[in-house]
Amino acid sequence: MSNKFIGKSIKRVEDKRFITGHGRYTDDIVLPGMTYAYILRSPYAHANIKSIDITEAAAMKGVMTIMTGDEVGHYGVPCGWQVNFKNGDTMKEPPHPLLVKDKVRHVGDAVALVVAESREIAQDAAEAIVVDYEVLPAVTDASKAVEADAPQVHDSVPNNICFDWEIGNPKSEVDEAMAGAAHITSLDFVNQRLSPNAMEPRSYIGHYDNVYDRYTLYTSTQNPHLIRLLMCAFVLGLPEHKVRVVGPDVGGGFGSKIYHYTEEALVTLAAKKIGRPVKWTETRSEAFLTDAHGRDHVTHAEMGFDRDGKIVGLRIKTFANLGAYLSTFSTAVPTYLHGTLLQGLYTTPKIHLDMTCVFTNTTAVDAYRGAGRPEATYLLERLVDLAALEMGTDPAELRLKNFIAPFDGVTQPGYQTNVALQYDSGNYHGVLARGLEMLGYDDFRKDQAEAAKTNKLLGVGFSTYIEACGIAPSAVVGSLGARAGLFEVGQVRVQPTGSVSIFTGSHSHGQGHETTFAQIVADRLGIPMENVEIHHGDTESVAFGMGTYGSRSLAVGGSAIVKSLDKIIEKGAKIAAHKLECSPDDIEFADGKFTVKGTDKALTFGDIALTAYVPHVYPANLEPGLDFSSFYDPTNFTYPFGCHIAVVEVDKETGATKLKRFIAVDDVGNVINPMIVDGQIHGGLAQGIGQALLEGIEFDGNGQIINASYMDYAMPRADDLPMFELDRQVTPCPHNPLGVKGAGEAGCIGSTPAVVNAVIDALWSGGHKVKDIRMPLTPERVWTAMQ
Amino acid sequence: MPKISVNVNGTSYSHEVEGRLLLVHYLRDVLGLTGTHVGCDTSSCGACTIHLDGKAVKSCSLLAAQADGFSITTIEGLAPTGELHPLQIGFKEEHGLQCGFCTPGMIMCAADLLEHNPTPSEHEIREALEGNICRCTGYHNIVRAIQHASGQLAETAP
Repeated sequence: MSNKFIGKSIKRVEDKRFITGHGRYTDDIVLPGMTYAYILRSPYAHANIKSIDITEAAAMKGVMTIMTGDEVGHYGVPCGWQVNFKNGDTMKEPPHPLLVKDKVRHVGDAVALVVAESREIAQDAAEAIVVDYEVLPAVTDASKAVEADAPQVHDSVPNNICFDWEIGNPKSEVDEAMAGAAHITSLDFVNQRLSPNAMEPRSYIGHYDNVYDRYTLYTSTQNPHLIRLLMCAFVLGLPEHKVRVVGPDVGGGFGSKIYHYTEEALVTLAAKKIGRPVKWTETRSEAFLTDAHGRDHVTHAEMGFDRDGKIVGLRIKTFANLGAYLSTFSTAVPTYLHGTLLQGLYTTPKIHLDMTCVFTNTTAVDAYRGAGRPEATYLLERLVDLAALEMGTDPAELRLKNFIAPFDGVTQPGYQTNVALQYDSGNYHGVLARGLEMLGYDDFRKDQAEAAKTNKLLGVGFSTYIEACGIAPSAVVGSLGARAGLFEVGQVRVQPTGSVSIFTGSHSHGQGHETTFAQIVADRLGIPMENVEIHHGDTESVAFGMGTYGSRSLAVGGSAIVKSLDKIIEKGAKIAAHKLECSPDDIEFADGKFTVKGTDKALTFGDIALTAYVPHVYPANLEPGLDFSSFYDPTNFTYPFGCHIAVVEVDKETGATKLKRFIAVDDVGNVINPMIVDGQIHGGLAQGIGQALLEGIEFDGNGQIINASYMDYAMPRADDLPMFELDRQVTPCPHNPLGVKGAGEAGCIGSTPAVVNAVIDALWSGGHKVKDIRMPLTPERVWTAMQ
Repeated sequence: MPKISVNVNGTSYSHEVEGRLLLVHYLRDVLGLTGTHVGCDTSSCGACTIHLDGKAVKSCSLLAAQADGFSITTIEGLAPTGELHPLQIGFKEEHGLQCGFCTPGMIMCAADLLEHNPTPSEHEIREALEGNICRCTGYHNIVRAIQHASGQLAETAP
């Protein structure tokens, strides 16, 4: 172990290829004989298909093949997480075919695949396909889809209810606690549907080698092995050893590239059928219709307080929209990734969530950065800030009064919540105190009082969040319905000359694994970083992997690498002991040297590597070589937390909100590369702020998305955001070898309610006692709320 | 089909192109310069920004045929081989990129800004980037990268 790299802002080793234009994303790859696919999609949200005529299209010059539901409709993509009804019945799981045969269920549902010599010919041919639709009424709102006369998305799913579900204390106990409350703050709100919008559109290339009977799929994915497993075992019935899945450079994911999409299987089938590689790359308009969306909850929530301001109960009813089909992890998001976070940072003694998960005529909804946890944080933090306004108490004081006391998880036990989880370690008072200090809270309230006399109201909003990431202990998630384990794999291969190749099942699509992981390896082995190379994203080179999502790469993937490094050092000590003629127990390893304790007799890591591969003087019962692979299965989730504070200025005349300051004090455990962690927080903040002020998928009455382009869907641009003010507290994770918790989603989980709370606070300062404004908080909505 | 002659990154090319071929697809598919990216279909994201006779333009917003006779610079040609442009150094030093997909467009856009305004204010930088979307960085470090390239930041220690 040396201390040269860990904790330092080492510049990223992967940057060179990206800043010079030599990144290699899937759409950049051109294979010999490449053909191009275009997918004909439904223009209707709900319609019966009466007929499909491909005659004219199939005869067009340059068209290789056209596939429809008749040919491949019996294949469908699976859901990876089974959740049961309250009564124990299995959730409703209607098929999600690769191409639909009889009925389309959302705008963008796939009807036919055309493969041609060029993208343009494929598109022209698709336009020549004649589909006769019988249009049906559509439903897009989850709370309306359960009504008796609502359109039925799937004939096999009565009232469109996939399942109902509950978590927490018995409902009767929560009702009793609420009945005794001195004050109840209640809120009806919508956590609106979002489009993830990774900048790289999804892109897939299918390839089939008929000599070796081998398939290759290049895919813009966050988890190549998971895609291979799902496609082989659950969709196409192919043997995994005959299928290679490559996730090359991937241009952002944010959850949307976790899932196994129908198009991955379609290009694979098409490539075998025509004997040439098939590339499909979506347009941005298609991305809006087909990349899994996020959020979309309709909620009624109540929080009860006693006379002293202590929270006595929390009672929630939510309808979660799953879209028309179940995406890979869709059922876990509103349940085990949401309901389990409703303790927040508070000692709330009684909690009950009643959740109904519903099919609608919309794009599938699944995990989007934060996945269920932003919805939980939004619910809690909006209620707490609103309660403070209603009760005339200070929102920071109200939080301090209700926070769980600090605990390190080592000398003090973890905190058992009322919603299944046990928090690992936390110091919640610390992050709020630091945030208030950075804000200059006392001065702010004086400025606010002055501003209230003008047309520019000032507001401050708080959000103190916790999340569960580093997912996840396989046995735990298995007991909760996951159909996969959530361990990670890390292989360390030492070359004879002492350089090191790392193979990780994690996948970087912007997170900087090639740098962060190399920092850990270089320090643990006491070697230069340039002697370490990180490999990921190819099932051919990496033994196995579960991929990157849920802020798990470092906590789970990094820990797997550390396990293998420990094995390397342990074996190295045996080799060193033999050569130095002592017992392995007398060897210590530090700064890249195996030393006989208390002497200057030492061998370098390079000496040991060479000896392992040229084992002339070598222990009798030891295998040659220095190459270990490990599976790391975490014992608990990790629980990052933090305090986010937004300061806004609201123009009374126009309703326009200007975000003046954003303060974030995050505790993500130990930090390997502060520069990269700050970058993750920045990006998360932008997305969370985007939800509060700018973003939201909007449907018309026919189920059409009316803002399905970058012209219409507002995302934060450079001039919408301030420079962020960041600080950090470090409470190490007690249960993984790196003490890390995860930083990928924190910014997005904490920030949204801080911004909305700030706008509500501004309005109250001007005498407008508004409880809620529907996100995004456009000037028109804020202005209307003030009238 | 129209015939075009263009100079791209210092090399002259002549090709017959389909009338509907966008310049970005000419660069990517015909010349194999895949550093210029396609992030949308409404000329809104700026991932395809290149220089046309030294001015930053979105290469999805014109046809290849319209580029006839022009001199084009893409991210691959911004600096001589083996060297880095100050903006490329700035983006690396200040962690101005994560997934890298928007990065070429951001750098080409910023290069045009610095050509006309060598020491832009934070506000001017943010305004200049208004046509380029990044989903990873929250723009914080992109702003710093451009400040770095324009000599407005102290060198950061590793």
